[in-house]
Amino acid sequence: MLKKNRYLSLLLILFTPFCFALKVVHTEKSLYRNISIVKDDYLTCMVFETRKENPPYQTCFDEREPKKLVFNYTKLILSGLLYKPDANNILVLGLGGGTLPLTLHELLPEATITSVEIDPAVIRLARQYFNYHDNDKIKTFERDARLFVKRAALKKQSFDWIILDAFNGDYIPEHLMTQEFLQEVKSVLTDDGIITANTFSQSILYRFESATYASVFGDFYNIKRRKLGNRIILTGKQSELLPLEKIEQQAEKLDKQLRPYDVSSDWLLARFSREKDWEDDTTILTDQYSPANLLKYQGGN
Amino acid sequence: MAPYFGGSIYVWGSIITIFMLALSIGYLLGGKLSIFQPNNQKYGALFIVSGILLLPMILMGESIMEFIFNRVEDPRYGSLLGASGLFLLPTIAMGMIAPYSVRLLVISTEHSGQTAGFLYFVSTIGSALGTIMTSFYFVLWFEINTVLWAMFLVFTSAGCSIAIRQSAEFSNA
Repeated sequence: MLKKNRYLSLLLILFTPFCFALKVVHTEKSLYRNISIVKDDYLTCMVFETRKENPPYQTCFDEREPKKLVFNYTKLILSGLLYKPDANNILVLGLGGGTLPLTLHELLPEATITSVEIDPAVIRLARQYFNYHDNDKIKTFERDARLFVKRAALKKQSFDWIILDAFNGDYIPEHLMTQEFLQEVKSVLTDDGIITANTFSQSILYRFESATYASVFGDFYNIKRRKLGNRIILTGKQSELLPLEKIEQQAEKLDKQLRPYDVSSDWLLARFSREKDWEDDTTILTDQYSPANLLKYQGGN
Repeated sequence: MAPYFGGSIYVWGSIITIFMLALSIGYLLGGKLSIFQPNNQKYGALFIVSGILLLPMILMGESIMEFIFNRVEDPRYGSLLGASGLFLLPTIAMGMIAPYSVRLLVISTEHSGQTAGFLYFVSTIGSALGTIMTSFYFVLWFEINTVLWAMFLVFTSAGCSIAIRQSAEFSNA
């Protein structure tokens, strides 16, 4: 075991740009994957060990700057805050280390935050290593996201900001990519509600996914860093998107508040784009046709 | 299943359980049926019935799932009932085909093991091919219902061709 850990740490050192002497402090086989908690002097990270080389990091926590958001995609999700600074009832689908719900709780102390995570081990480790906790504003449910949304619709619940962050591992839950699912998500949005979905910007999946979101929500903002890894789709229930100038005005007021999290609103704003960069005749992903995992490996864009 | 019950581990558990259960019931019933005047017409009818039992899944799958979803809150029992609603009956009928085939093909006790072995071979290799083709390629090329319609066509036409051949043999005799 010790040998395996050593081997793993060595690999982590070789393939992660920001770590110096990462040590695996905890490994666990959950129902869905192998999860590790790795640590260096200040940094604690949750890793889904789906592959040996460059495994997907879920969350990192920096002791020196506890508020700092280490990953860019987490920062990008905060674009939703610039778009809707007054969210009051937030649903987070996919927990990871729980940094996002905690950050949102600090920024919007009055808002109710509901986190949904399928893997009980992820919830446990988030609590154990990343200070994640429930309180009178934060509630956590161990459930499949689709199931949660469907039940919420039946109970006539609604949310004004839904964050879809269930695509961090290597395996894509295909039932969370389809038109029907997005319609269900839309049905639990308040009239002025928005969604921010953390999804893919590489492979031909990009255009399938873009076409599917467009078919349900119409126009959306794409928030991405050139062609790296993730992009955020930001859109809302209302057919008209908020113009960028309006978002800029709202962003100005938030900039100071976001600084401690190492997020600058200018950095975020520069990444907003409404350009439609996929073809019109792209097939839409549905419950009948959703081979997302196969499409992801077909390359191209 | 996933749109109603998600992709949790118990959904997979339910699907596998129902398939195994249905097959075991099918084997038992097929064996029993083979005692009573076995002939090709009945054999063909088994294929046709299997095909027809796929229709509820194709035409009413959504409504069946929705019906269960609205009544059963626990996703474990929900998915177990869901899997039963979709797969139990057609899989029982398909399971009946194997022992019935043994009865029709066995000529002597001496060769019965060989015949049964060959049938196991055909049915299992068929399952393996069906699984790999569906999960690797068909899901990429077709909608799920297209694949199910194709299965329906294969079963019913196989059933009809068996039945027709039987009646042709009768008229020749």
